[in-house]
Amino acid sequence: MSELDGEGEKTVVLEVRDLSVSYGKVDALHGIGLKVHRGEIVTVIGPNGAGKTTLLCALIGLLPVRGEIVYLGERQDAGRSVEKLVRQGMTLVPEKRELFAEMSVEDNLLLGAFDRYRAGHRDQLETMDDVFDIFPRLMERREQMAATLSGGERQMLAMGRALMAKPRLLLLDEPSLGLAPLVIREIFRTITQLKKLGVAILLVEQNARAALQVADYGYVLETGELSLEGPTRDLLTDPRVVESYLGLGGRH
Amino acid sequence: MDLQIALLLGQDGLSNGAIYALLALALVLVFAVTRVIFIPQGEFVAFGALTLASLQAGRLPGTIWLVLALGTVIALVDGSRALRGRQFRRIPWIVLVNCGIPLLLAGVLFAVSAASLPLPVQVLLALMLVVPLGPMIYRLAYQPVAEASVLVLLIVSVAVHVTLIGIGLLFFGAEGSRTPAFTDVSFELGDTLLQGQTILVVVASVVLIVALYFFFERTIYGKALRATAMNRTGARLMGISGTLAGMLSFTLAASIGAFSGILISPITTIYYDSGFLIGLKGFVGAIIGGLASYPVAAAGAILVGLLESYSSFWASAFKEVIVFTLIIPVLLWRSLKTRHVEEE
Amino acid sequence: MRHPSHDTAFLLLFIAALAVAPLFLPEFYVTLLNYIGLYAIVALGLVMLTGVGGLTSFGQAAFVGLGAYTSAYLTTVHGVSPWLTLPAGLLVTAVVAGSLGLVTLRLSGHFLPLGTIAWGISLYYLFGNLNALGGHTGITGIPPLQLFDLEIRSGREFFYLIWVVLLVVVLATRNLLDSREGRAIRALRGGSLMAEAMGVNTPRAKIVIFTVAALYASVSGWLYAHLQRFVNPTPFSLTQGIEYLFMAVVGGVAHVWGAIVGAGLITILKQWLQDWLPTLLGQSGNFEVIVFGLLMIFVLHRARDGVWPIVMRLFPQSVSRVRVPAAELLARRPLPASGSLLLEVTDASKRFGGLVANDKVSFKVRAGEVMALIGPNGAGKTTMFNGISGVDPLSSGMVAFRGERIESLPARHIARLGMSRTFQHVRLLAGMSVIENVAIGAHLRGHKGFVAAACRADRAEEARLLHEAALQIERCGLADQMYEAAGSLPLGKQRIVEIARALAADPCLLLLDEPAAGLRYLEKQALADLLRRLRAEGIGILLVEHDMDFVMGLADRVVVMEFGRKLAAGLPEEIQRNPAVVDAYLGGVE
Repeated sequence: MSELDGEGEKTVVLEVRDLSVSYGKVDALHGIGLKVHRGEIVTVIGPNGAGKTTLLCALIGLLPVRGEIVYLGERQDAGRSVEKLVRQGMTLVPEKRELFAEMSVEDNLLLGAFDRYRAGHRDQLETMDDVFDIFPRLMERREQMAATLSGGERQMLAMGRALMAKPRLLLLDEPSLGLAPLVIREIFRTITQLKKLGVAILLVEQNARAALQVADYGYVLETGELSLEGPTRDLLTDPRVVESYLGLGGRH
Repeated sequence: MDLQIALLLGQDGLSNGAIYALLALALVLVFAVTRVIFIPQGEFVAFGALTLASLQAGRLPGTIWLVLALGTVIALVDGSRALRGRQFRRIPWIVLVNCGIPLLLAGVLFAVSAASLPLPVQVLLALMLVVPLGPMIYRLAYQPVAEASVLVLLIVSVAVHVTLIGIGLLFFGAEGSRTPAFTDVSFELGDTLLQGQTILVVVASVVLIVALYFFFERTIYGKALRATAMNRTGARLMGISGTLAGMLSFTLAASIGAFSGILISPITTIYYDSGFLIGLKGFVGAIIGGLASYPVAAAGAILVGLLESYSSFWASAFKEVIVFTLIIPVLLWRSLKTRHVEEE
Repeated sequence: MRHPSHDTAFLLLFIAALAVAPLFLPEFYVTLLNYIGLYAIVALGLVMLTGVGGLTSFGQAAFVGLGAYTSAYLTTVHGVSPWLTLPAGLLVTAVVAGSLGLVTLRLSGHFLPLGTIAWGISLYYLFGNLNALGGHTGITGIPPLQLFDLEIRSGREFFYLIWVVLLVVVLATRNLLDSREGRAIRALRGGSLMAEAMGVNTPRAKIVIFTVAALYASVSGWLYAHLQRFVNPTPFSLTQGIEYLFMAVVGGVAHVWGAIVGAGLITILKQWLQDWLPTLLGQSGNFEVIVFGLLMIFVLHRARDGVWPIVMRLFPQSVSRVRVPAAELLARRPLPASGSLLLEVTDASKRFGGLVANDKVSFKVRAGEVMALIGPNGAGKTTMFNGISGVDPLSSGMVAFRGERIESLPARHIARLGMSRTFQHVRLLAGMSVIENVAIGAHLRGHKGFVAAACRADRAEEARLLHEAALQIERCGLADQMYEAAGSLPLGKQRIVEIARALAADPCLLLLDEPAAGLRYLEKQALADLLRRLRAEGIGILLVEHDMDFVMGLADRVVVMEFGRKLAAGLPEEIQRNPAVVDAYLGGVE
């Protein structure tokens, strides 16, 4: 779905150096550095309250930051904003989904393409068909109000709406939140499918096992700082990760 | 009260109620999209009516000075920001939009004698002078504090309201104006005379409401406004910026206000400060709808119009007391109905 | 915290300046100062209502009118002494404000100011249309005030009366805000949820400050009527009500002295603009409102806290750490015997529309044990906490606390029974010091009310409350941060402040919602130690937590929730071996 076909596999889509975010005088994130390449799934795992959601909100421009963010080779300046980043193909699927509850599934999807429509691309109907191919369930529910969907369908709608923007970088915040194991499996299968389309994905998860299983590279975020990083096959066997995030109080 | 008087009063109440309904819709729209309680809504009514009256009287409407002044201030604010951000290419565009268009309008006003133009052109000119004030005021007064609490935005609204009242006095003077009727047609209904102007007000209001309905249900921009009202964060993440939604809703509100003013100016004498009470009656309607429901707000506003009309017959001195005291039982009913739980 | 002796010196200087001012100022300036004083009394009510309590009113002018008209009517028509019409006016105002408050204060934020606009207009038209009140021409021939043989007629005589009243009102307000009830009022701004959970009767607190603000306005109206000796509706219109709010906001709506500064600035500016603008514009009219409106927008954009904080920044601040003096300890609640049943939740369910957040969950908590409630995000744990603590009542089911059914009691009654809680999203008043935040927790352990606070008859109790707060802060290891603004602490420490606040209530059951989130390793250890000590004292603890190490090392028993249902319950070791739990937590992809 990306418009960047033809570029090399290892193009850096997002690079973050020494990023800090504070709420008032309090540092919520400190000295974060990470990289996401095209066609790659990168995950950030960590406990509640570590600052994972803050990281994504900061990246998409909802929070002011200190440090350096390079997106698509362009260093972001003080004038960065959610709207500009959306126009440049960065899309966030938020933890709370933030759907338009009193609108139909179809209208929710349509608004996902709002910015492309404004920029003059009138291909929203074709894009919607592509989204329906990925999430056939949304096709069945197209007339229904978003508020009447089940938890899994809501997550699908949130992701489908984000895909309507034809993103180059998709930020996913806890897609497994509040979902049953079977549904989680389905969502994560779709995430791997998206990777094949060439979208770069930054996945933030508390469900460390599932996240590490689908991602290529992982970071561990603890109390606002990255404590560990590496290819996911290494992290899955790293004793520090196993003990804190993969076992249930592993050492007992 | 005999039937004839009852019908006459009903006619009056309905036409006023239709105007209040339009204003109530605009108030609900602005609140839902921007969280601004738009107290100055009524000033747009007065400015619309008085600008048209000035044009018809062959005077230069003061509104043009306001458009020029606000345009210049916005050009200065946005231009200096663009300079600081080294976005030099944006500057000609900023100056053109904010100063060029108002200057063009001023040129037209100086060049032609508006009094001799046909009525529809006069109306169009009046709208072109008043409607831009909506987005301009949003840009200068509200956008810098768009993230502030509802209460701060409300105090800003009150400040904008008193400023516009003062400016209205400066431009239009303390004298009231009434424009000639758009139509002299009247119909006989039994013993009662149905005024063409009244019918025009009701029909025009209905047409405008239907047009608004289609805008919100069928167009992507209308849907974007609804989406912003439902979920601000969600909308921003789709690239629907708060500024865009704010500008759009203020443009709509200003259009509705100015249009309402033009509609009623042949029925009522409008003074520079008449808008406030008219707008507030729209508010009573909007509050009946909880500042959220469009149909209930419109129905409530029509009720206010009827109540006002009949109470002016029974207790004319207490007309305003009755209408504004109505808000208290409404608030009581609202407070019993809604249980407010804060977000955890 | 400012040094108290600086404050006193400033105050004495101010009073001295006021005392001599009328002796050499021309009549015109005395009159101006009289009006500033009258307006400041009204604006002061708004400081308490809006700046401190977070409630906005545009209708204060109507209350000024009630005070003025009551006195005007009773003195002219019935010949009542002005000294009796003052209490009469206050009574009328209290009744009207109380009933308006009962209706409008229950509404969420913005409906209240809209309501005030509506009755502001109603009362104005009522004054203008009641024949008994003289209609739009008003009432003339109001007698002057008489103190024994002295008639207070001239502006200079009135000056002293107005400013003495103003100073009394200022001091009473300052005292009130620096007290147990004052903290409760300030807590309103942080949302009534937290205040209620600490036992504050928030509807009552709102009505009280609303009525007090109206009474201030009424006193101002009474003074006005006897200064002017005639009244008509104009000064009590909505426009004037809006101006009062402008005064408070421009001066600094959160500061007692801001009211006087704001009233002074606006009144002088108005005087000056009314002279100058019509000449400039070549028309007569109230053009000063244009400037006021623009000024107001500017203040809200650039200096939302008003002028007073800016003025104060010009003076060097000596920050002194006034130590909390040792005081007699507060009486403690007898704790139930360790092991006895504290809390029993039976078939608790909570539905939000179609969504079932809690589905027939049952469990028990005993005194002297740590019971942990765990489960994936979105499992309904916080909903359960809100249901138990009365913050958001259950849809069905039963909750018994110390043998008493509490599922339909409001949060503040449950707090009174000895249950105290923390919040997942920290609910502290960021601008208040840590000790003041913690003292809110001890709200129910004091009894002195508004009147006692206003005349400083509450000092002994206040010292005991602050002493208790200090003890709890020390116990939680935050003694070094006691006088810092709560909002300047790292989030993890703010959670600990929440625990200290909960402990200040002297609870026998503590509900902790994710207390360890955002804490570093050593801080977690310290927290676990604290909870172990509390457990040893016999307090029961119900804990929601994600950190498994923390939970498993601390809890006596564990309940696991998933999708609103109870998935498993048992000892920590059993839970870790339970295959259903392992699956819920570790549901991988492959």
